[in-house]
Amino acid sequence: MASIDLSGKKGVVFGVANQRSIAWAISQKLVDAGAELAFTYLNDRMKSSVEKTAASLDNPLLVECDATDPEQVKKVYAQAAARMGKVDIVVHCIAFADRDDLGGNFSAVTPQGFRTALEASAYTLIPVTAEAVPYMPEEGGSVVTLSFDAAGRVYPGYNIMGTAKAALENEVGQLANEFGPKGVRVNAISAGPLATLAARSIPGFNTMRKAFEERSPLGRNITHDEVANTALFLLSDLSSGITGAVIPVDAGYTAMGI
Amino acid sequence: MATVFERVRDIAADKLSIEADDIKPESSFTNDLNADSLDVVELIMALEEEFSEGDTTVEISDEEAEGLNTVNDVLSFLGGKGISD
Repeated sequence: MASIDLSGKKGVVFGVANQRSIAWAISQKLVDAGAELAFTYLNDRMKSSVEKTAASLDNPLLVECDATDPEQVKKVYAQAAARMGKVDIVVHCIAFADRDDLGGNFSAVTPQGFRTALEASAYTLIPVTAEAVPYMPEEGGSVVTLSFDAAGRVYPGYNIMGTAKAALENEVGQLANEFGPKGVRVNAISAGPLATLAARSIPGFNTMRKAFEERSPLGRNITHDEVANTALFLLSDLSSGITGAVIPVDAGYTAMGI
Repeated sequence: MATVFERVRDIAADKLSIEADDIKPESSFTNDLNADSLDVVELIMALEEEFSEGDTTVEISDEEAEGLNTVNDVLSFLGGKGISD
């Protein structure tokens, strides 16, 4: 029977906010499979929440990091490698847009709002991937990020985040190309709507949940567990032939035309 | 057993990291208790979790959430769902 064994693997997870974070669902799967993890938190506001969430683990490394600053990302990996010896696995679950730029008219976005959303949600994958590579073993490593179908199609209310996810998905391919020769794989999961802190902040989130339930071939919404299982697969050697891909975990929703 | 007010109060105290005693029925989450937009979302999700039991799931839509400014607003919303002391 095939099973996923990540014992001896070391990972860094960016973007746990609380128990409902997809990043946390993925983390639990990785730990269950034997991996050791370090976590980053954005600022003091998130610190206690991440501490509380990760309290069930055996004293994991927690590092403050604003991933829009490559110097801070570098420090995270230096600390992670000092504690764990290397980095095999990277989980990027970072997205942010100003509240004013979600909902309402897409064209109302300001240059600053555009920069904020794109920098936090798309740019960060670049340093988060590139700065990990020097700490990865000779056989390479695996990076997973989270996207959404709004990268290619219109979900009213998602607005500038759709633009950011389009950029993110483009980066997945470019980073896969650049680091492929070193055995580093970079993939995205395009997940259906899940009730997380980030998702619930999006106007129209409930409408998305309803649409997926009514129109997806499986006739339901997906679960945290299903996204986490797919991440576990992408972060393990079972997916060794997959890189530069965006894998939908969406109950089939995007297969439908009507 | 804790009253509905006490349950709402304790959730708010936990999510906003404040003393339960500082939370009154008329307290506004954003004005009196200094909740920011992420706190409000966390609060809404925690309320859904707290008051969903068995087959009864409490879902709070965006529109409904916008009307929940004070503790009293939450109590009357829950009352409308049949959740009261």
